Amino acid sequence: MTHRTLLLATAAAGILSGPAVAQNVLDWGANRDIGSLDPYSYGDSFTINVLNHVYEGLVRYNRDLEIEPALATSWEILDDQITWRFTLREGVTFHNGNPFTAEDVQASLERVSHETSPLKGNLPAYVSSEVVDDLTIDITLNGTYPLLLNDLTNIHIFDKEWLVENGAELPTDIGAGVEGFATYNANGTGPFIVESRQPDAQTVFTVNPEWWDEPAHNLDGFVLRPVGSPATRVAALLSGEIDFTNDAPVQDLPRLEAAPNVEVLEGVDLRTVMIGFPFRETLVSGEPNPFATKEVREALYKAIDLELLHERVMRGKSRIAGATVAPPIPGYSEDLDTIPAYDPEGARALLDEAGVPEGLEFEFNCLSDGLVNEEQFCQAIASMWSRIGLSPQLDVAPRAVQTPKRTNGNTDIYTLGWATLPMLDSYSPLLQIFHSKEGNSGVFNWGGWSYPELDALVQEAGQELDVETRLDLQNQALRIVKDEYIMLPLHQQPMAWAVTDSVTEMPLFPDNKPRLWFARMNGDS
Amino acid sequence: MLAFLVKRTANAVFVMLAVAFLAFLIFRSFGDPVEMMVNEQATQAERAELRERLGLNDGFLTQYVRFVTNAVQGDFGISYRNQQDVMVLIGERFPATLELVLVATVISLVVGIPLGVITAIHRDSRLAGMLQLGSIVGVSLPSFVVGILLILAFSVTLGWLPAFGRGETVDIGWWSTGLLTPSGRAALVLPAISLATFQITLVMRLVRAEMLETLRTDYVKFARARGVPRGRVHWVHALRNCLMPVITLTGMQIGNLIAFALVTETVFQWPGMGLLFIQAVTFVDIPVMAAYLLLVSFIFVTLNTMVDVTYAWVDPRLRDDTAEVGGTNG
Amino acid sequence: MADRSERMAQAQPLTHAAAVLPPEPGLWARMRDSDLWHSFRGHPSAIFAAALLAVLTLTAILAPWITAQDPYDLAALQLINSEIPPIWNPAGQWPYLLGTDVQGRDILSAILYGSRISLVIGFASVILALAVGLSLGLIAGYFGGWVDNVIMRVGDVLLSMPFILIAILISAMAGAALPPGLRDVLAAPILIVAIAVPSWVQYARTVRASAMVERKKEYVQAARLIRVKSWRVMLHHILPNTLTPIMVAATLNFGLAILSEATLSFLGVGMPPDQPSLGTLIRIGNQYLFSGLWWIVVFPAVQLCLIVLSVNMIGDWLRDALNPKLQ
Repeated sequence: MTHRTLLLATAAAGILSGPAVAQNVLDWGANRDIGSLDPYSYGDSFTINVLNHVYEGLVRYNRDLEIEPALATSWEILDDQITWRFTLREGVTFHNGNPFTAEDVQASLERVSHETSPLKGNLPAYVSSEVVDDLTIDITLNGTYPLLLNDLTNIHIFDKEWLVENGAELPTDIGAGVEGFATYNANGTGPFIVESRQPDAQTVFTVNPEWWDEPAHNLDGFVLRPVGSPATRVAALLSGEIDFTNDAPVQDLPRLEAAPNVEVLEGVDLRTVMIGFPFRETLVSGEPNPFATKEVREALYKAIDLELLHERVMRGKSRIAGATVAPPIPGYSEDLDTIPAYDPEGARALLDEAGVPEGLEFEFNCLSDGLVNEEQFCQAIASMWSRIGLSPQLDVAPRAVQTPKRTNGNTDIYTLGWATLPMLDSYSPLLQIFHSKEGNSGVFNWGGWSYPELDALVQEAGQELDVETRLDLQNQALRIVKDEYIMLPLHQQPMAWAVTDSVTEMPLFPDNKPRLWFARMNGDS
Repeated sequence: MLAFLVKRTANAVFVMLAVAFLAFLIFRSFGDPVEMMVNEQATQAERAELRERLGLNDGFLTQYVRFVTNAVQGDFGISYRNQQDVMVLIGERFPATLELVLVATVISLVVGIPLGVITAIHRDSRLAGMLQLGSIVGVSLPSFVVGILLILAFSVTLGWLPAFGRGETVDIGWWSTGLLTPSGRAALVLPAISLATFQITLVMRLVRAEMLETLRTDYVKFARARGVPRGRVHWVHALRNCLMPVITLTGMQIGNLIAFALVTETVFQWPGMGLLFIQAVTFVDIPVMAAYLLLVSFIFVTLNTMVDVTYAWVDPRLRDDTAEVGGTNG
Repeated sequence: MADRSERMAQAQPLTHAAAVLPPEPGLWARMRDSDLWHSFRGHPSAIFAAALLAVLTLTAILAPWITAQDPYDLAALQLINSEIPPIWNPAGQWPYLLGTDVQGRDILSAILYGSRISLVIGFASVILALAVGLSLGLIAGYFGGWVDNVIMRVGDVLLSMPFILIAILISAMAGAALPPGLRDVLAAPILIVAIAVPSWVQYARTVRASAMVERKKEYVQAARLIRVKSWRVMLHHILPNTLTPIMVAATLNFGLAILSEATLSFLGVGMPPDQPSLGTLIRIGNQYLFSGLWWIVVFPAVQLCLIVLSVNMIGDWLRDALNPKLQ
């Protein structure tokens, strides 16, 4: 009976711990919980973001989102152009006291690129690695590849010994019928240590006094509390039960701004919200699928009043988007960022030309726990499409329920938000969304489209080391995306964090990731 | 008496087996567990292999027996969503729910009994009329509306009490309690009141009805005639007579309150079993749903059986009556 | 006892003034002389509740003709008209008397349509539970033996699980198993079944107990001997005897059913957001509790409470009026 021993273990820990006495403990009210303590078992930006406080990569983003050394101190590309040599930081230890070595890097890279790993798409170029000595490792790629460092920022490094001891060398496979040890235990090198975790209730992190870096923060720890209801989150913030939320509901910002003890941090997220289409023969209903026709997709775009969505649903806080990547992302260009005029009559005319019948029914798949105000903008768009004589069947449910339908092609039209994380480059959506679905490419190509010309451009860019040339290739590929209406960009979603006056510093990042190792609170510590 | 005990226990076991059968049906018929467990890249061969390993190719009866055998040992498998042992998940949440339910029960008794007595002894007064009306309003207010109103008033407007969560908890062995810390106690107030609203009116109405009956009995009239003070007759002699049904009701309602707590837990984001269950429902996490169903039914059936047995012990006439005391729906 | 029940039966249309079939001619006259009618006239709260329920039911039934908008027609919702406050607010706009929600849905229309759904689901689930419960109770009581055993054991099992839990499970499972298109169409029938399934047992037990008593009586035995359809005879004797408690229970269960529907919808396993019932409206409005858009949540909540309150007040009065001990 495994659970009995676990209960005893928690019991023993509980007697010793008692109520915390630390001063600067930041209560973080998030809109949802992390999926697991294993960053490789859950391919999801938020989970990886939170676990980044515990686990670190070889390199990391600094305050200005530039790449800087982390667990690796330097790197070079060897003469064959496809092998990278990393020199690792000395004197780093994991939370369990084990020293950090090249063996750990190798075990982690193998683990994340294992074929059952949901995160293997995040390290697409990896082929193999070789331990040169304790603090040097060679990583071999499948070709010249410009974006390895970007990828590595979010490939968290595990302790090999710990993985082996606990039988967790492979990513958690729920089908195996055993609990994954790494799912509810964590052992990284990062600034915070996981003290306890109760899924959906709270996860307690304490500061790692042995962290290799000079901390910019003054926290003694933080507690991640998922508070799903936006109203409760606001109430909790106003009453000071939580110190920080990375998801202040857009509709409540005026109220929060008016509160004397709360400060709202606003910006525009890098995440571009898009609508995707099925390219299969038939719709889920079995009817012929009209959306593989470019003009039909164009019609659906014209029928959406982007201005009104921006003004009403997003309360003027979003940035209307014509391009599938945000302006700060390399590869963006202004001439791609044009939006069509709202023209329901023109849209209906296009549908008539394409022979789309009145009252055509199709599923419109949205998430209840996904993008900012997703349920509302989906309803609004469904209503706009109804007005050009279509019958969208809105299907709103949590991510965990919708994702299987989306990946299995078991739905028609769907929403997708893409922030190009962790790469912060337009190569990311081109490879993961717009490229045909083959191997590690097109993992999020849920509609099943294939544009050989686009694929060729993406592949060429993927091996081009010269930045200018590469971005030009990517720009051409994005042009195809735009002209073919492969996906319809709606907006870059607003980003709103809020802190109470107990927090003195909380830098806002355009990738919408809280990095609490930069946060400061006003208690003495 | 022994025969009765055996009979009631056998009945309870039968009921639990039937509930287990229902839970098992949910397990079997609701989607394909393999599809929910494997990741998208899994091949057909891997799926078939997993199917075999999970015993999904065995006969229906074999699978049912295995499910019950595992369930009796507290093994419900692994949560699809949290990838953790289901019993550990539920075990962590159980104290939160039970504490909420017990506090709500205490509130319902402390408030409900005096109100019931007052409405009975001042039967025709304006106050009693108001209280009676109030009690109808009490059963008519959906508990989630009560919860929302409480949050609006006491958390948002007045800022007195927390709007969500359990506050700080202390672990005593495997039990985590919020009763020992100020923030834990503060966090308990609003959810407990919101859960107790319905129960208060139930207790109040029962006490009123019982009191009205008792007050008509000769025994009370004699006591009055002998010069026992009115207050003492009402609050001691008469009330004592009403307590048995109240205790019975309270005992049987605990099962219902545990189930109904899931609404309160949703409103207040209270980290109990109910919230776990509701999340399991939205995420189609079958093992958690099945385990919760069995556990709550088990508590329910156990309490009902205990009440029946106690009654039979107190009143031998009931021993050959097969009719049950009947669960109330709430 | 028997004649009281008959009077009760005559009075039934009164309690559901608008929701039940109109009374046959001649009933009115007899009803006016009944105890119940006198009791009713002497209870201002009962009169008030009946009037309130009548108004709420009528406006709900007439919703398509008296509302400004069809809130279920996606094409009728204009985002440009979103978040308009109630009419008495300076920013209010005709015809949105109670304002609009974030999609531009007229709150008053949504409430009236929502009440329709709530009332229909509550009423239909009580009728379904009554039909199933009465039939099964009669069958169990009349045949006895293993038939009785099977039916009553099934009832035991259902009563051993909390009501709300069964309803959630049925509703959630049916919802998840259906494709989105069908799910919308079947949402209300699913809820009706989900609420009826755990509640028929109560009726079945009452009828069964009465049937068991009647079964032993001579006329039934005699009817059996001469091969007359004795169950018909029984029906005439059993139903009047059990009607009083069953009617009180049904009225109170009607209130409970409406509450259950609202609760399920509030939890997100009931009516979908594009055909909102009152519970769904409250769930959606709950997100805007702090953003000043109070009308989105407050009005549906008030309407829900008024409906349940009026039903419960009638049920309460009925119970007291029919309880001889209290007279």
